[in-house]
Amino acid sequence: MTLELKKIIEALLFAAERPLTTKEIRQILAEATDEENPGVAESFRNVREAQVAAALEELKIETDAAQHSFQVVEIAGGWRLVSRAEYAPWLKKLLDEARPHRLSQPSLETLSIIALRQPISRADIAAIRGVEVDGVIKTLLERDLITIVGRSDVPGRPLLYGTTQRFLEHFGLRDVDDMPKAAELRLQAAALKTAEEKVEKTQAGPPVPPENQDERQTTTAPQQD
Amino acid sequence: MESDYRVKLEVFEGPLDLLLYLIKKEEVDIYDIPIERITNQYMEYLTIMQMLNLEVAGEFLVMAATLMYIKSRMLLPADQQVIDTEEDEGEDPRWELIRQLVEYKKFKDAALQLSRREEEQSNIFARRGEVGIEVDASKAPLAEVSIFDLINAFNDVLKKATARDDFHEIVEERFTVSDKIEEILYTLRDRTVILFSALFAQATSRAEIVVTFLALLELIRLKRLKVRQDQAFGEIHVIKVA
Repeated sequence: MTLELKKIIEALLFAAERPLTTKEIRQILAEATDEENPGVAESFRNVREAQVAAALEELKIETDAAQHSFQVVEIAGGWRLVSRAEYAPWLKKLLDEARPHRLSQPSLETLSIIALRQPISRADIAAIRGVEVDGVIKTLLERDLITIVGRSDVPGRPLLYGTTQRFLEHFGLRDVDDMPKAAELRLQAAALKTAEEKVEKTQAGPPVPPENQDERQTTTAPQQD
Repeated sequence: MESDYRVKLEVFEGPLDLLLYLIKKEEVDIYDIPIERITNQYMEYLTIMQMLNLEVAGEFLVMAATLMYIKSRMLLPADQQVIDTEEDEGEDPRWELIRQLVEYKKFKDAALQLSRREEEQSNIFARRGEVGIEVDASKAPLAEVSIFDLINAFNDVLKKATARDDFHEIVEERFTVSDKIEEILYTLRDRTVILFSALFAQATSRAEIVVTFLALLELIRLKRLKVRQDQAFGEIHVIKVA
């Protein structure tokens, strides 16, 4: 049964126009009907999400081993069939798309800040970057890479921003924790405040960063995450 | 110098970018910044940017004041300093700035890695429904060579030129950006690439150098030319866009 389950899932990924979550796949299996072969569809009705996940992992390994021109990837919270990089020249010709322009450095920096510190207000983003971010935020909103996720409680109730599904897809991320430097920089606002207060109290002599001394390395040679 | 153009740069970088650039260029330790040296360099850059009529954001000036303040605190002996009751005593005056720079640098590194991922993703395709791709052609950043690299190169040219004997300070001819644009395009009519420094070889006055530089910036903005650097802080190549 496992063998066929894999194939059904493969077929679903083949036809889907966006990443599918294990949850969605399970639901499709639970609800699909086959009038000509009712027994077959029946047998997959009770497949559990864990089985779907396991089948996907197997599918991924097999597709790599068979060296297909496509691969199974986890992206933006779901699973998808995508082509391999080697075939890019021909696919670019086929699809003849005007790909979106690469993002500028200020846009990428602002996006990194939002991704790793969301939800975050415009003012807090600007404080980290040292400059205004109005123009960049407008661009990122237009490209649906960020969105308004709420309002802050502080006086003035400024808007808070966060990243979108499209952001994850654009950069091939599974989720926000898949971001470069997520482990170092992804602090909730509260934890950040506590860290700042702690540092101020123990401050004496030459400055030492809040994280451990190993961080010194990152300024001369960026770590490969 | 008469300027018929007021060149406005689309890429908006700020004082922290400039400081990180200087720290890297001067090869100093970010955790132990030589404040006097960095402040002097910073002010030099600010002066050039203003000389070129580039839009200098207020934040640059605020940072200049901050650097001056830190510098003064480090120069005064401890007993003569005004103790700011809000800060801890004995705190290194550079601390807040360094903390800010270190944090910002981490986000910059994250952005760089994001950029690589973007590149990788651009070679991978999946089945698409509606192709909802927006082409944002208006925002064309000086991606490969930063504005500070250009200013650096400009500064080098200026220094070399003023050292020459035949260099005049008094403007004898009027140079307009439009004329220089035509001239640069004419120089490149039979070739695709030219070294940045070569564009200024014939200049005989500071005004001419400035106007030539502005013309180059405008041509970059119009996407008629692009600039590349083979190595960090190396020669800049000016390339004609097909």
